[in-house]
Amino acid sequence: MFYYSIKRLLMLIPVLLGMTLIVFAIIHAIPGNPALTILGTKATPEAIHSLNRSLGLDNPWYVQYFSYLKDILSGNLGTSIQTNSPISSEIWPHLAATIELSFVAMIIAVFVGINAGIISAWKQNSFLDYTAMILALIGVSMPVFWLGLLEQWGFSIKLQWLPSIGRDDIRNSVDPITNLYLIDTLLRGRLDQFWMVIRHLILPAIALATIPTAIIARMTRSSMLEVLKSDYIRTAKAKGQRMIWIVYKYALKNAFIPILTVIGLQTGLLLGGAILTETIFGWPGVGLYIYNAIQYRDYPVIQSGILVIAFIFVMVNFIVDLLYGLFDPRIKYR
Amino acid sequence: MSEAILKVEGLKTSFFTDDGEIPAVDGIDFSVNEGEILGIVGESGCGKSVTSLSIMGLLPSPPGKIVGGHIFYKGEDISHAKESKMRKLRGNDIAMIFQEPMTSLNPVFTIGEQLMEAIRLHNHLSKKALTERAVELLKLVGLPRAKELLKEYPHELSGGMRQRVMIAMAMSCNPKVLIADEPTTALDVTIQAQILDLMIKLNRETHTAIIMITHDLGVVAQMCNRVVVMYAGKVVEEGLVKDIFNHPKHPYTEGLIQSIPDLYGKKDYLHTIKGSVPKPGSIHKGCLFAPRCEFVMDKCRVNTPELLGDSHKSRCFLHQEKA
Amino acid sequence: MSEPLLKVENLKKYYPIKSGGFGKVSETVRAVDGVSFSIREGETLGIVGESGCGKSTTGRMIMRLIEPTEGKIMFQGKNIMNLSKRDMRKARKDIQMIFQDPFASLNPRHTVGRIIEEPMIVHKMGNRKQRQKRVEELLELVGLSAYHARRYPHQFSGGQRQRIGIARALAVQPKVIIADEPVSALDVSVQSQVLNLLKDLQKKFNLTFIFIAHDLSVVRHISDSVGVMYLGKIVELSESENLYNHPNHPYTKALLSAVPVPDPEIKTKRIILEGDVPSPAHPPSGCAFHDRCPVAMDICSKERPHLKTLEDGRMVSCHLFD
Repeated sequence: MFYYSIKRLLMLIPVLLGMTLIVFAIIHAIPGNPALTILGTKATPEAIHSLNRSLGLDNPWYVQYFSYLKDILSGNLGTSIQTNSPISSEIWPHLAATIELSFVAMIIAVFVGINAGIISAWKQNSFLDYTAMILALIGVSMPVFWLGLLEQWGFSIKLQWLPSIGRDDIRNSVDPITNLYLIDTLLRGRLDQFWMVIRHLILPAIALATIPTAIIARMTRSSMLEVLKSDYIRTAKAKGQRMIWIVYKYALKNAFIPILTVIGLQTGLLLGGAILTETIFGWPGVGLYIYNAIQYRDYPVIQSGILVIAFIFVMVNFIVDLLYGLFDPRIKYR
Repeated sequence: MSEAILKVEGLKTSFFTDDGEIPAVDGIDFSVNEGEILGIVGESGCGKSVTSLSIMGLLPSPPGKIVGGHIFYKGEDISHAKESKMRKLRGNDIAMIFQEPMTSLNPVFTIGEQLMEAIRLHNHLSKKALTERAVELLKLVGLPRAKELLKEYPHELSGGMRQRVMIAMAMSCNPKVLIADEPTTALDVTIQAQILDLMIKLNRETHTAIIMITHDLGVVAQMCNRVVVMYAGKVVEEGLVKDIFNHPKHPYTEGLIQSIPDLYGKKDYLHTIKGSVPKPGSIHKGCLFAPRCEFVMDKCRVNTPELLGDSHKSRCFLHQEKA
Repeated sequence: MSEPLLKVENLKKYYPIKSGGFGKVSETVRAVDGVSFSIREGETLGIVGESGCGKSTTGRMIMRLIEPTEGKIMFQGKNIMNLSKRDMRKARKDIQMIFQDPFASLNPRHTVGRIIEEPMIVHKMGNRKQRQKRVEELLELVGLSAYHARRYPHQFSGGQRQRIGIARALAVQPKVIIADEPVSALDVSVQSQVLNLLKDLQKKFNLTFIFIAHDLSVVRHISDSVGVMYLGKIVELSESENLYNHPNHPYTKALLSAVPVPDPEIKTKRIILEGDVPSPAHPPSGCAFHDRCPVAMDICSKERPHLKTLEDGRMVSCHLFD
């Protein structure tokens, strides 16, 4: 297992390298000169030339790529054109906001999705099954921005139950430590703020969780249906075991591998795909960060943002790979 | 003769599909005495497996349902017993093993977890006592390295070993009746010999009655005291093994015995039964075997014969007339 | 004595197992490990053995559906191992196969007529009309009716489907038919029908059969000679009457005694073998059977016995007969 993890980690290196190369290539394929962007259209050719030289932009592309790579490895993600501060220190609060939101959304998706799927499979062709599956179908097909707007209209404007924008109230903002507000408020012993953070999380998390919930529910259902038909479930019944126990202990562990795969992929997508949700709910996450950068043509930020998201995506799936072995002893790591 | 521990009376089990009701078991009677080995033999689709699932209350439902008759265990009718009542019987009083040892064990739990669960469900034992009992059971079924085996997963065992584990699990609560549904069909001959030997040994030592469901007349001849022959959802013949093999009273049983190629002699041509088993649910008048029977009479096509006789019963006009 | 129609010499199939992720071959599974036999025209060779003994692999290698690692397959005096892929396809016209699972080996979306016609199209036999006429003949030949040609496989019972499989194999007028467990999925009453049919067809067309099965009684019934396989090797090969009445190899003896006889009066003394068949990746040293053999001697774990011909022409691979 240890040997396998090391091997898998080593195999990640070419993947990550390829990723940096693609990001690098895309940015360089975009027409326009960064020096021109920085200095403005009235800059003299000499000034542009000297800035190009100081930025290293007159070097051949592979020299540029390697110096870019060297920067990344030393933790230097470059400088934002917009704010002129280092991206590596700027990006974390955004990333933390996205991680917090995605994490809560994923908990909702896993809990609701798996249970809905199990009940659907257990009571196949019942009213419950049909209801759950129709809801799942709606969940997959509903555009996130539409659902987000509906939520805001219903729960914030009409009912006024929950806030519709941001991570905290402007007049009662959280004093960050880790930038993960759920942890920060607890560290500072501010239970009132903890509750406020949760209230802010609910609507965007639900919006973000819809699609993964639906996908997990459908995967759980089909996976469970197959397992419930198998001989060892019959054996468990023949022992005199209770059905609820058989379903949640025996069947679920067997059905879990495909569900785990979906959870992994969806987690990755959530982290990267939160742009829509973050824009609608004014959530200061990576998605919103990149969205703003695009509007300002802040190339270094876009580049770094994409890189960080891709990195997280790869790592999540690496972890999922390792988790398979926990659920199925037949999977051998060599 | 000893007491009947399990008695099936006029059992009817049907499957309800889009094509309507399909009777898989159509009014069968038999009983199992304490400590005996009863064979139920028949070809695919004759209803032998459905019978066993009906007794265990494990019919896939829907579409399967017991639509008539009774199943008495120790004199009590369990054919429509509550699930909670059946749960207490299953594994404790009536246990079952299945045809496919490869898929009958849960692949993601260890042998120990699965075996100990079977014990724990019907006994309150300490963790230490549980482990001891599990090791004892594995030794009982002739598995070496019992202690290490507890920590292993099913895929690390061969088919024969898995079937032994299944038997250990079934025997864990000293059941009164063990239903074995084609337990050796998926195994090789030499492994089959091992498993049959083990089952005979367990039967002698623990006095657990065994219902041996099989298509293999060889297994019946070598293992059972009595046998029930089923055809198309009905019992066509029932009696002591030696009576049935030496003087079959139903043309189907006779044909079946003669169709088997002989290991100890050679004939040029095998006896055959023409045609094939009727599809379950097809409508028939008269004896169900009539279309394939070489001794068919006019009345066989019109009237349905009854299962008659004392210790050797048969459902055939021909032999009933002779008698 | 006539030349054998088919002669197999030292046939081997090794599967390398890669591990370590760097394509290193860590071990070799010897699925078939040096099998030799020959069959004369019009005769039946039965091959018996338990699962994993290599009997099916052997059958498939003769058709080169599985490419042998080593060995010679002489058919009508020619080594078909030397044939190019194209010539091999033509040669397959003379060697046809019947499979175990009549449910899986017929394309469910084709009519029975199309299924039986297909091999004739592949081998460019006759025109459409002639072929269709032949399909009808074949159906009648295997005990079905001409009108069945328009139906689909799922409309038939197991025994009928096996008949369709036989008709398909006969369509190209082969000389050899390799039958891999052709009756093991069938009920007893239907099994005897199919066995009788195979015997009839053999007489009618002077067919040569290689009959692979695990059921010893079935093999005895149909075969003129029988080879017993254990862990990729033939341990005993002889004329069938002889083999069944006087088995020589301890494994053959155990195998025969293990079969439950359908007669309660005959209580055979069963020789119960201990344990399981070892993995073909790690066969025991010397004689592969020595660790389960009730009469094993010292030499058995050290030296691998070879298939020897005894005085009466029977072949056995066991140190007891040195």
